[in-house]
Amino acid sequence: MTTTTPPVAAGTQDTGSPTTRASRVRTRLSSRTATLVAIVIAVVWTIPTFGLFVSSLRPENQIKTTGWWTFFRDPEFTLQNYQDVLFGQASGSGQLANYFVNSLVITLPSVLFPLAFAAMAAYALAWINFRGRDLVYIGIFALQIVPLQMALVPLLSFFSRGVSLGGVTLMPAWNLDGAQNFAQVWFAHTCFALPFAVYLLHNFVSQLPRDLMEAARVDGATHPKIFRTIVLPLIAPALAAFGIFQFLWVWNDLLVALIFAGGSDVTAPLTVRLAELAGTRGNEWQRLTAGAFVSIVVPLIVFLSLQRFFVRGLLAGSVKG
Amino acid sequence: MNFDFAAQTPKLMMLLWGLIAFAVVVGGLLVLLDVVPAFFARRREARLIAGSASGAPPRRAKPREGLFAIFFLLPTLLLLLIGLVVPAIRTTLLSFMDGGSQNWVGLDNYRWMFADDSIVRVLLNTLIWVTLVPLVATSIGLLYAVLVDKARLESVAKSLIFMPMAISFVGASIIWKFVYAYRGEGEEQIGLLNQIMVSLGGEPRQWLLDSPLNTLLLIVIMVWIQAGFAMVVLSAAIKAIPADIVEAARLDGVSPWQMFSQITLPSIRPAMIVVVVTISIATLKVFDIVRTSTNGNYDTSVIANEMYNQAFRYGQNGQGSALAVFLFVLVVPIVIFQIRNIRQQRREG
Repeated sequence: MTTTTPPVAAGTQDTGSPTTRASRVRTRLSSRTATLVAIVIAVVWTIPTFGLFVSSLRPENQIKTTGWWTFFRDPEFTLQNYQDVLFGQASGSGQLANYFVNSLVITLPSVLFPLAFAAMAAYALAWINFRGRDLVYIGIFALQIVPLQMALVPLLSFFSRGVSLGGVTLMPAWNLDGAQNFAQVWFAHTCFALPFAVYLLHNFVSQLPRDLMEAARVDGATHPKIFRTIVLPLIAPALAAFGIFQFLWVWNDLLVALIFAGGSDVTAPLTVRLAELAGTRGNEWQRLTAGAFVSIVVPLIVFLSLQRFFVRGLLAGSVKG
Repeated sequence: MNFDFAAQTPKLMMLLWGLIAFAVVVGGLLVLLDVVPAFFARRREARLIAGSASGAPPRRAKPREGLFAIFFLLPTLLLLLIGLVVPAIRTTLLSFMDGGSQNWVGLDNYRWMFADDSIVRVLLNTLIWVTLVPLVATSIGLLYAVLVDKARLESVAKSLIFMPMAISFVGASIIWKFVYAYRGEGEEQIGLLNQIMVSLGGEPRQWLLDSPLNTLLLIVIMVWIQAGFAMVVLSAAIKAIPADIVEAARLDGVSPWQMFSQITLPSIRPAMIVVVVTISIATLKVFDIVRTSTNGNYDTSVIANEMYNQAFRYGQNGQGSALAVFLFVLVVPIVIFQIRNIRQQRREG
């Protein structure tokens, strides 16, 4: 990406065009309006989350009877909701600590696998000469437009019934049980992530300087060696960008998890559990508010600490086209 | 504190297995690629030496680039084939079969889609979503990007709008459901929207039950999430406008509005198209918001939600597949539009 901030020459802001008094007043007015509009948007965008957060810290009977804005008039503060929703034993309490672990177990491999596979593929597509290279790249690129809805039904039957062609079993059913079901979630997430991952990383890998690659080849480095020692360190920011992307996507995903992890407490992630609570216990706001925050906090930390990489990846992935 | 650590062990073991599998597959592949060619290279060298000793003409070593490429690409291509290409073809075939995928039914599933009133409603809702979300989200994102450009605390201001992107659709739906929460008339309201209604002298409403208003309120959630994306991309595009153009315009004494409509807008057109296209595609596939907020009841369902219901709740694989194919068909023209735009840019640029 080449979106550098244009250098603003010092002092060009206020000198320049001859400004009459009226126009100066108008400019100041319009900039006041501008600031006001910006603040209004910012407030509207932040208030709902803020309200939820405040509510999650209020006692149950207060959440259910008064608005969260009354908190500031008579603040009463408790962590009981978090205690209940994370560790409570009652069936409706959430038991989110358990689902939190599930989310972690789902997310880690679902980020690592596509990251590694896509980096290798991107390198091959950018720096190894072979026949049909462009065709393969265009094929992978084009797969980005296939909505994952197109793959769900057959992929589920691939896991549960295997593949047979004309009565001959080419591939048996996976027959997974309990925690093993994580494997099919990882598999599905990896497959669905690859087209975009290859595309994004290819954008970076193909922009590495040609001289560097050729010098390495002349020195007798093999492709795996170049990939490991030169390419991987250089595209680390891109790997970080895609890693964050994929992390947010997998952690926040509901559809893939619903279908491949199911609703069981052994495999279902936080999102599935929360959606369930929102459906069946839609008025238990003390649990929903705290629960929503439990699910939000990890991606928010990742996002805020690594925002720089995320934005760079976003721009490279979308604007370059 | 009651947290059963023992119950977590099998999962963590599974995670460990997953990570081991990762190390073995990726590490193994790289080692394999390192060792095997080195082995062949040594053999070739030995043969060359032997050949030159016996006086036979040395065989020319053919570059084996293609072999490397195959191994580098193997995991990706295999997974894409199993996980995406074959399933997509199968889904297309299934869409011409009945619910149990036993008999061919021709175009019945597609006819059903446009004949059944509830499904027509679903298609209509999707149309409303895909018209409004890109339009509103992009407009707000652009407005905000322009307003905070070069302002004090710009990065903080941007983070506020951008933050919803880190929140799951499920989390966002809960956040907004709380805003729309309803308490009977006379009771104290706990939802912000109804509180505002009441303090303006109106009556509290069950927002999510009233069609078609409820669809609009769900759309608000999607706009809330996507505006940040639009803002970031457009803000970068605005900053990429060459400073001398902006400066020249300022010297000519253009008004802020002229600056916006004649300098900013044309300069960021390519980025605008990308934003609109990306948001449109994301909106077409929206599922989580509708499922979490209303479960598709009260006339709020959209294609992706209905597809899930048909295929995975009612066991109607044929109808579900037909909806998936239709979703794909809707995405294609948007993408073609984008590709044509990129080509045009390249020609101009």
